Amino acid sequence: MATAFWSVNVIQHPRCERPSIASRKPSSAFLGSTLKLRFNPPSRSNFGFSETLRKSSPISAISDVFEEKKQKSASSSSSLLITKEEGLEVYEDMVLGRCFEDMCAQMYYRGKMFGFVHLYNGQEAVSTGFIKLLKKEDCVVSTYRDHVHALSKGVPAREVMSELFGKTTGCCRGQGGSMHMFSKEHNVLGGFAFIGEGIPVATGAAFTSKYRKEALNEADCDHVTLAFFGDGTCNNGQFYECLNMAALWKLPIVFVVENNLWAIGMSHLRSTSDPEIWKKGPAFGMPGVHVDGMDVLKVREVAKEAIGRARRGEGPTLVECETYRFRGHSLADPDELRDPTEKAHYAARDPITALKKYMIENNLAKEGEFKAIDKKIDEIVEDSVEFADESPQPSRSQLLENVFADPKGFGIGPDGRYRCEDPKFTEGTAHV
Amino acid sequence: MAVTFQGLGAAAALSLSGSFDPNRLHLPCRRSLSVTRLSFVVRLEERIVSGSNLPPRRAQQLVSKAVATKADAASASTASKPGHELLLFEALREGLEEEMDRDPQVCVMGEDVGHYGGSYKVTKGLADKFGDLRVLDTPIAENAFTGMGIGAAMTGLRPVVEGMNMGFLLLAFNQISNNCGMLHYTSGGQFKIPIVIRGPGGVGRQLGAEHSQRLESYFQSIPGIQMVACSTPYNAKGLMKAAIRSENPVILFEHVLLYNLKERIPDEEYVLNLEEAEMVRPGEHITILTYSRMRYHVMQAAKTLVNKGYDPEVIDIRSLKPFDLYTIGNSVKKTHRVLIVEECMRTGGIGASLTAAITENFHDYLDAPIMCLSSQDVPTPYAGTLENWTVVQPAQIVTAVEQLCQ
Repeated sequence: MATAFWSVNVIQHPRCERPSIASRKPSSAFLGSTLKLRFNPPSRSNFGFSETLRKSSPISAISDVFEEKKQKSASSSSSLLITKEEGLEVYEDMVLGRCFEDMCAQMYYRGKMFGFVHLYNGQEAVSTGFIKLLKKEDCVVSTYRDHVHALSKGVPAREVMSELFGKTTGCCRGQGGSMHMFSKEHNVLGGFAFIGEGIPVATGAAFTSKYRKEALNEADCDHVTLAFFGDGTCNNGQFYECLNMAALWKLPIVFVVENNLWAIGMSHLRSTSDPEIWKKGPAFGMPGVHVDGMDVLKVREVAKEAIGRARRGEGPTLVECETYRFRGHSLADPDELRDPTEKAHYAARDPITALKKYMIENNLAKEGEFKAIDKKIDEIVEDSVEFADESPQPSRSQLLENVFADPKGFGIGPDGRYRCEDPKFTEGTAHV
Repeated sequence: MAVTFQGLGAAAALSLSGSFDPNRLHLPCRRSLSVTRLSFVVRLEERIVSGSNLPPRRAQQLVSKAVATKADAASASTASKPGHELLLFEALREGLEEEMDRDPQVCVMGEDVGHYGGSYKVTKGLADKFGDLRVLDTPIAENAFTGMGIGAAMTGLRPVVEGMNMGFLLLAFNQISNNCGMLHYTSGGQFKIPIVIRGPGGVGRQLGAEHSQRLESYFQSIPGIQMVACSTPYNAKGLMKAAIRSENPVILFEHVLLYNLKERIPDEEYVLNLEEAEMVRPGEHITILTYSRMRYHVMQAAKTLVNKGYDPEVIDIRSLKPFDLYTIGNSVKKTHRVLIVEECMRTGGIGASLTAAITENFHDYLDAPIMCLSSQDVPTPYAGTLENWTVVQPAQIVTAVEQLCQ
């Protein structure tokens, strides 16, 4: 079964006149710190992915149709990339992500949240572009930069903020923290602190979906799993092990690489032999797509196809979203290593302003509607902070709960009773 | 009740005769094409022998394979029904198959578990019966497929992940420690992880250092997991079923040399308790705590000890994490002397934790310091003679008991 996979053109870089990667000479002692990723544009051909093609050709393509769509958009609304309702929904989600993260920074510096907090500013297009296309039963697996993935999937801002404050009303009862956002209701499977360790979990969730369909005969089970991770993870073994298994068993999963070019202070170019991550997909037998992760509409187009593939049972896809984080790696990172020019370049391509501009230019919405959304989000975020502030800290009794799903796992005490029956256990003062 | 085991090649045979002499072992190496059948019979005496210098007491007819007190012991009696005989690996398979029949969400994942039937034949025939998806042959990627099992468990399945050798699970340590043990807690109780991770470990027959590892000591600190070790066909099947039915992640330790133990087990269904220890031989003079293969070395030493007039109480602790402090405590309160015999390394092993736990809880009842016999802190050598000296042998156990009972 052939599907046409539209890939999107590479981002244009101001230093276009620079030679290709192979012949590049570093301009500073720091190889990679001032150099930008530049792709040789792949050949322009429509590409159809089929069983026979998989083994013969590398998968990369630019869609001319997509380019034409953009040009025509000003003239006819029927070829617009997005409807008004969808556009406003997408705008609202991105603004929620941005506003929430900005509030996190404030709260952190005011001493309301602690530890390692990794903010998502600048990458909203990826989260919104993908997650807003999912159903509630679909699963999302993320990394430590997970606040916005949780919000996009539907976890209330109140619960996320409470969790960050370490309060018992948080989505994980205050036990997880910034790097471990989980929600059973919204199928957010975490939140992982070590990079790469969430990818097998995502593969497992996709396996369950396939198992339900084929072994448990739930014929309409077509749940898809999205695994989000960064460029640094793409040099980690678990990534490759899972690409192999997902392609081997055609699991309904999409591997979304949020390539923001930096792993704390390590430039992607300095750590990776072949920086073009999308190429690693075809090596395992799945399509590899590169997309401009600062443009939510482009991400959405690619996401639709990738998620559709997975839902139809055609297997996994590797999507590399080239994006950028406006802030440092975490709130503890002074972010001194990145070139200001690079930051300015990406700041000019802020996904939220880009979408707003597109929608206004195409008469999809007016300035006033955006302002209303901005105000609404401000209120939601303020309310979440209030809620978190007023929520109680976890009491001592919570200490020993949730260690085991079945608390008999704490064993039998010297008196013959199960330890969990000891009243001190529920008070949290028992020594187990 | 006698436990018979048949050796089918070196990897499978545990030789226990009246006196253990490693020089007399002539077991074919694993790669040899001819399979030599060796059979040894060990009688595990479970009747108390009253010696002349021991206080007179009622002779007790023990229910064989008695399970420690807490549960209703009716199911433990094998006297009523004839039962059926099988080998330990077949018992594991029987337990697994019964659970897979009972609950379609139980599935198996691991290397060579499907078409090959498992490297120790524990999953033989299951792929034919249940299909390639329910008995999944994975590529060689322990970290990833263990993590996949965890993700599947979080989303509703009940996977049984096999490590072809327990040592290979070192590659899955990231997933076992961070995700298996912790996700229930870090998610605030939202996701449960009813996974079973099992595989053969322990010192085999000249398998070399890396195939002879005892991972129970490495895993024991991980919060949120349970660890059990099986040692007889009866408890292997019962623990397998219990582990699968448990909502907690359970690591089931099997031993390479015990797979061919033969025993008669009940026909009717039974599930054992994961947290309980097993009373192997009640006694009065000393409590010997052990698990897995060392149980057999202890029982062999017990024979010698009984002949010398001692009355050891042997407990197979079975639950390595958490410890059954009730059964253990009652025994300590009775005998006042404790000897721990384990196959773990001396440093940081299960015995070390058990010593600490007993000292903390039952210090007043002890008449002598706790003695712990463990393997030497040595990578297991290939040479047979050296290998035997790294592991605790029955003669050492006899000496230790004599020392403690002075």
